[in-house]
Amino acid sequence: MSELDQIDRDLINRLQDDLPLDHHPFAGLADELGLSEDALLSRVARLREEGVLTRFGPFFDAAAMGGDFCLCAMAVPDAEFETVLTKVNARPEVAHNYERTHQLNMWFVLACETPEGITEAADAIERETGHAVLCFPKLQEFYIGFRVAA
Amino acid sequence: MTLDTTDRKIVEALQGGLPLIAAPYAKVAADLALPERELTSRLQAMKDSGVIRRIAAAPNHYKLGMTANGMTVWDVDDAQLAALGARVGALPFVTHCYERPRALPMWPYNLFAMVHGSSREEVAEKRAVITDILGDALNGCDILYSTRILKKTGLRLRKRG
Repeated sequence: MSELDQIDRDLINRLQDDLPLDHHPFAGLADELGLSEDALLSRVARLREEGVLTRFGPFFDAAAMGGDFCLCAMAVPDAEFETVLTKVNARPEVAHNYERTHQLNMWFVLACETPEGITEAADAIERETGHAVLCFPKLQEFYIGFRVAA
Repeated sequence: MTLDTTDRKIVEALQGGLPLIAAPYAKVAADLALPERELTSRLQAMKDSGVIRRIAAAPNHYKLGMTANGMTVWDVDDAQLAALGARVGALPFVTHCYERPRALPMWPYNLFAMVHGSSREEVAEKRAVITDILGDALNGCDILYSTRILKKTGLRLRKRG
C-alpha cells in the first residue's frame, strides 16, 4: 500500500460524511479539496483497490426496511475454527464477522429482512456447525459515531 | 417504510456499492431503465425514512493504522444504565455503544462500546476513562480485541423471483 498523503486523509474523512444525491455527487467535494472530479475519482478508486476503503455507497438499515440486525457470538474450538467459519460466512445473512480474543471467539452480525429471519439464521448455523449461537440484539442505542479519523 | 418492487431493485443494485464515476446515479438509473430523477427521489425517500442512513464510504480501520480494535463490555447496574450509557456513547473515541442482553452465566455484560486506537495501550487508556464514568455502577468488565476480519460485506437482500 502506498503512503497516504494529506489529500487522501482529508478525502477519507470527508467521504465518511453523507454525499449529496446530485447528478455529480463528487463535484462539491472535489472543489473543496482543490481537485478535479477525475483526480478525486482516481484517488477513491486507488483507495478502494488498496482496501483502505472497503465500500462506497448507501448504508442500508435493515430495521427501517422491516428487517433486523443482530450481533451473535460463538465459542469455536481452534481445531474447528476454519470449518465453522466457512459454514458461517457462506450464509448471506452474515454481514460481517470478526475473530476476537475471548472464549466467545467468533462475533458476527446477522442482517435479515424480517425479525424472524434472525432466529432462523441463528438456528440454521447451530444445526450446521453443532455449536451454540448466542444472540445479543441491541436493546438501546446510545450513539453511532461511525467516523474514524484518517 | 415499505419498499415496492422498484425500491427493492434499487436496493439490490446498490448493496454492493455505487460505481466510482462522476455521474453514478445516471449509470445506475440507466441499468435499471429508470429516469435518473426517479432513482434519486426514491433514494431521497429512503434517506428520509431511515432506510438509508447515509451515502458514504466505509474505511478499513486496520489500513488507517487503527490496528487495535477493542469491543469493551461492561456489567452495569440496570437502574443506572440509561444515564451512564448515554455518557459513554458521547465519548469521542466510542464509535458504537449499545445496551444488549446478558447471557448468564457465560456473559454478564449489558453495555457494549467499541473503542479504536493505534495500539492496545491507547485503547487501554480510553477504556480507563469509561471505567471512571461507570464508577460504583460497574460490576465487571472485559475487552475483546479483534484479531482478524473474517467477513465484511454489509447487508445483502435475497433476490426475489
